[in-house]
Amino acid sequence: MENSLQLQCTSLSVSCAQKEIVHDVSLAVPAGQVHALMGPNGSGKSTLAVALMGHPAYNTSGTITLAGHDITDVPIHKRAQAGLFLSFQQPHEIPGVPIATFIKAAYEAIHGAITPQALKERAAVYMDVLCMDEALWFRNLHEGFSGGQRKKLEVLQLLLLRPKVAVLDEIDSGLDVDALQAVANGLHLARKEQPTLSLLLITHYQRLLQYITPDVVHVMHQGRIANRGDATLALAIEQQGYAAYEAR
Amino acid sequence: MKRDSQSSAFNVPKGLNESIVRTIAEQKNEPGWLIDLRLQALEKFFAMPMPTWGADLSALDVQDIYYYLKPFEQQSTDWQQVPDSIKNTFDALGIPQAEQTFLAGVGAQYESEMVYKRLRREWADKGVIFCDMSAAVHEHEALLRRYFGSVVPAHDNKFAALNTAVWSGGSFVYVPEGVHIAMPLQAYFRINAQSMGQFERTLIIAEPGSFVHYVEGCSAPLYRKSSLHSAVVEVIAQPQAHVRYTTIQNWSNNVYNLVTKRALAKKQSRVEWIDGNFGSAVTMKYPCVVLQEPEAQANILSIAVAGKGQHQDAGAKVIHLAPHTKSSIVSKSICKDGGRASYRGLLKVTPYAEHAHAKVQCEALLLDDASRSDTYPTIDVQAEQVNIGHEASVSKINEEQLIYLMSRGLTDAHARALVVNAFIDAFVKALPMEYAVEINRLIAHEMEGSIG
Repeated sequence: MENSLQLQCTSLSVSCAQKEIVHDVSLAVPAGQVHALMGPNGSGKSTLAVALMGHPAYNTSGTITLAGHDITDVPIHKRAQAGLFLSFQQPHEIPGVPIATFIKAAYEAIHGAITPQALKERAAVYMDVLCMDEALWFRNLHEGFSGGQRKKLEVLQLLLLRPKVAVLDEIDSGLDVDALQAVANGLHLARKEQPTLSLLLITHYQRLLQYITPDVVHVMHQGRIANRGDATLALAIEQQGYAAYEAR
Repeated sequence: MKRDSQSSAFNVPKGLNESIVRTIAEQKNEPGWLIDLRLQALEKFFAMPMPTWGADLSALDVQDIYYYLKPFEQQSTDWQQVPDSIKNTFDALGIPQAEQTFLAGVGAQYESEMVYKRLRREWADKGVIFCDMSAAVHEHEALLRRYFGSVVPAHDNKFAALNTAVWSGGSFVYVPEGVHIAMPLQAYFRINAQSMGQFERTLIIAEPGSFVHYVEGCSAPLYRKSSLHSAVVEVIAQPQAHVRYTTIQNWSNNVYNLVTKRALAKKQSRVEWIDGNFGSAVTMKYPCVVLQEPEAQANILSIAVAGKGQHQDAGAKVIHLAPHTKSSIVSKSICKDGGRASYRGLLKVTPYAEHAHAKVQCEALLLDDASRSDTYPTIDVQAEQVNIGHEASVSKINEEQLIYLMSRGLTDAHARALVVNAFIDAFVKALPMEYAVEINRLIAHEMEGSIG
């Protein structure tokens, strides 16, 4: 398992509106591993995340592979169908689109037909783990949702859609202790159900990493990977901040 | 399979003149009063100028249109007797099988003429009349003479005059006092022959305390030459009656769709227009309710979808003539691929309409930068102590919303269809179920052709 690289980007540079934001980033997440991507605000973490997903507003050079397949020029929906998942930092509210309808459409785009009843039954189990009110299933996509509910709904989608690789952009921001615990429980369950699932956790803080120990921590600074290490690196950042990187 | 477009057994030549109007009337063996009405209307049509206040009609040549076609097939009251060519056409239109069991009584207009109608026995026993207008001329002449043109007179506008002169087909509905028709009355309309105008005339009379939901749906294949559709619908809701009229129109991209729909609402009655406009080159349609007596109520819910080369100039009119009358207008439009949608509305509250309550809500959704939306609301309030609300909004489809949906595996077209369906959700929910299914399919189909 160690040898199978689920997500790999090589010499990836990302620009938006003619401005290069991410420079020459290479990283590889093997199957079943959890990697953390840390860094101060504006260091390019979210840009890297949406570029990995294939956001059309971002231009990339370099290569991205998913489970060994080159997806560098593959459109966003086909990346999702191939098993890539991105939890957005600020998931968009889409008024009027029912969650059940949307997730069914997404599931079917990736895995094929499922009945609404079967999907709802699966969702009910996961919503319980995530401490989500089951009534939310009948609401519209993020419409009127609190920050915590939005993050939980992202994890619910991760659990239902069963990707190969999930990039989670600040899944821990804006969560209280209970919600953070619930989100962590959801992520543990996803890994347990699917041991080859690779996670790339983008975060500012050590908080989430107390619940899920990363195999590798990447530190991003000014659009580059400035440091790599094991879980102790996250602890060091928690104590010392990013000042050391500023000095470089 | 023979081509069904060849089956018209009787046509008049292209163009419009007195002789053609007389031929139409004689073909239907109409009484003298109606022939006179047609000829007077024809004079009015020629005397009135083309309207220039709305959509561009300059490319419409009224002499380049066929004004009457009669299908080879005779009227049928039994589904078994409906010719296969027509059933095939219905299949091609994608009318779902489930429809057929749901269809309690059907008047399907095929090339200007009813070919299939069946009225459930229980309705007939209650005295409900649902037939085509040409039949009503002979079978219910007294009712027709009393009400025909009483809501939309020929001189109302140029195209009402045209319709009065050359109308053929359309439905006549009469619901006696206190009768509630639980299932919708449905009729399908379509244009078949190239350059053929279709001028149906519909009259609905709901006697006191009655209820009826009338549903019409339209779809047409593509043609090369322009075609004209100009209907008139008149509704009379007597005291405490409730009439709901649902229209789904999906004309081919070359059709001029110029329709006059108006209802008179008497004391404590309620009239609902539910109006969906897809396709056509130009649509001009402003369903109207005249709230004539106290506590009458109007609800108008419409959507318009304008694609490439299309102009939907649609809206609603409500005229409050009496105290304690209520109205609501919800109008939604969607423009894509350079299409244009205009909301043109009139809300008039006369000095007699004290304590009137009116709400107008217009929302436009633009799917790209090339498309255009305008709002021309006219609000004229002359009464005291009224409650009037007006909201208008234009929004562009949010790229980040689409990205979010696509990041879960949906194609661009599928993502757009989800957002658009959400936008028109209130409209779709007001439709009978099988129509809702059709509309969702139509939206998905429209988004496939959209520029991503």
